[in-house]
Amino acid sequence: MTALVEVTDLVKTFGDGETATRVLKGLNMALERGDLAALIGPSGSGKSTLLNILGTLMRPTSGTHVMLDMDMTGASEAELTEFRNRHIGFVFQFHHLLPDFSALENVVFPTAVAAGWESGTARRRGEELLDRVGLSDRLHFRASQLSGGQKQRVAIARALMNRPDLVLADEPTGNLDRESASRVMALLKQINDEERTAFLISTHDEMIAGACTRQIRVVDGAAISDDVTG
Amino acid sequence: MIYSVKFAWRYLSSNKLQTALLVLGVAVGVFVFVFISALIGGLGSFLVDRTVGNISHVTIEAPRRDPASLLAPDDPSIQLVTQRAAGQRDILRTADAFLPSLETLPGVAAVSPQIVGNGFVIRGQSRAPVAVTGVLPSRVSAIADIEGSLAAGEAGLTNSTVLLGATLASDLGVGVGQNIRLQSDRGVERTFVVAGLFALGVEALDARAAFVSLAAARSLFDLEQGISRIEIKLVDLQTADAFAPRIAAMTGLKATPWTEGNTQLLEGLRAQANSGDLIKGFALVTIVIGVASALLLSTYRRRPEIGIMRAMGASRGFVVGVFVIQGALIGLIGGVSGALAGYLVLSPFPLPEDAPPGGFPIDARQGAYLLAVTLTTIGAILASILPARAASRVDPVEVIGS
Repeated sequence: MTALVEVTDLVKTFGDGETATRVLKGLNMALERGDLAALIGPSGSGKSTLLNILGTLMRPTSGTHVMLDMDMTGASEAELTEFRNRHIGFVFQFHHLLPDFSALENVVFPTAVAAGWESGTARRRGEELLDRVGLSDRLHFRASQLSGGQKQRVAIARALMNRPDLVLADEPTGNLDRESASRVMALLKQINDEERTAFLISTHDEMIAGACTRQIRVVDGAAISDDVTG
Repeated sequence: MIYSVKFAWRYLSSNKLQTALLVLGVAVGVFVFVFISALIGGLGSFLVDRTVGNISHVTIEAPRRDPASLLAPDDPSIQLVTQRAAGQRDILRTADAFLPSLETLPGVAAVSPQIVGNGFVIRGQSRAPVAVTGVLPSRVSAIADIEGSLAAGEAGLTNSTVLLGATLASDLGVGVGQNIRLQSDRGVERTFVVAGLFALGVEALDARAAFVSLAAARSLFDLEQGISRIEIKLVDLQTADAFAPRIAAMTGLKATPWTEGNTQLLEGLRAQANSGDLIKGFALVTIVIGVASALLLSTYRRRPEIGIMRAMGASRGFVVGVFVIQGALIGLIGGVSGALAGYLVLSPFPLPEDAPPGGFPIDARQGAYLLAVTLTTIGAILASILPARAASRVDPVEVIGS
């Protein structure tokens, strides 16, 4: 079976000459459809860099990156932007919502920016997603009027808007209290179960990592273990 | 595009005070543009109206005939030249044929066929040189506003009455109702009754001009047929340069626009207009710099949002669009506000043609409102390109990680 996404001998170096820092050192990894994987490892091990490369926000220095049979390393920036919009969702630690827009407008953004306008279909999908994350009563609240947990749930709804094949989450619960973190993780697990959307969650939280079906450990720029528990 | 407009509008409306100040700055620049346009334009109209308002805008004359040059038939080395007769006059003999079509030409306000010549006005022992113009009595004010400039008497002309410049009359010590004698350069002398005195405010006319009827001028200058020239007044004197060649082509005669004899005035007006353009240019540059700096600040402030939009799949074009549309909206709203404010402030000023002496010759009609709004909008769009490009280059990784 072809992997959803696969990276081979992935190297990422920042800077040149004597100041060059190699963050990823020939990392190999693959994700299948429906995976719920935790990306764990100490700070500075290269987790965020890997997420950025998998999210097509950053290009590797060398190695291959293939997703849905498309070679990402050879794609143009415009192609990567379109691919990212259609196939990848992001959830960040600090939610990164657009503060001047309502919860619904934030959720609808990935679809509307590709289409050039907010269609009725997109708005209905946005409302459904916000209902699913328990925020049907906050549709028209500005991002600044929501609590931290609510913001993160809006960010999850936004990540799912275009029915992505892969959702990349960088410390999605890192900024939340225990109860909110548990609710967010339960939500991600539910979506993974129901829609077979693959998740790769970078985390330091043992509880979050334990809730995932795979734990990929990255140390010093390389994946050193890949445990399947689910 | 629709979605870019939504973002641009939301960004502008989310920071109302900053947007209001920005729009106000643009509006002030446009107000200066409109004010200078109206002032320079009004001043120009005022000067032209006062200087050439009472003269012909296009004059039709018979072409001067150059003396014939002949070669002696028996000796090619000798050139014979026929000297122009000193008493020969250039006469329009075919004027009656094209006068009706001239009068109905669009853009023509009045047509005045004239017989002109020089002579002396004699009153007792006093003699003064005078330029005599014979006009149709019904068109005495067709070119110079004699009727509106009457200092005494009336403007009606008969074959035995004359209208004199007030200064000339004063020099001769003659008044309305008194007799004078006019002696033409043809040696014909006739007595006229002074019907009125005019003061046009142009010394050349007030001190040296006399108007008689066309029939009286015909006998005074011993001209059995034809006329000397046709003076034409246009609805818009600025069109004289374009009109003259058309009239020349239509009549086959020499047609001279007023501008040919007033080059110094035109140079002065051009210099004045250039000064105005310079000030307007500075106003536009100020607008462009203001918009560019405000949008650059906005770009910097919104870097995290731009980064997240790019991460979510927004193209560089979308980001550029959001900021360029903001520039266009600022330019358009500021431009329309400034132009409207300019119109409201300038409208109460009397028009240059009605301005009292020593008044402020502002012409609200020449505010160049549409040009101001158009240039401002284009300027604001150009000003937004640099910030927009900077915004589109924001690296999502940098701002998401920070």
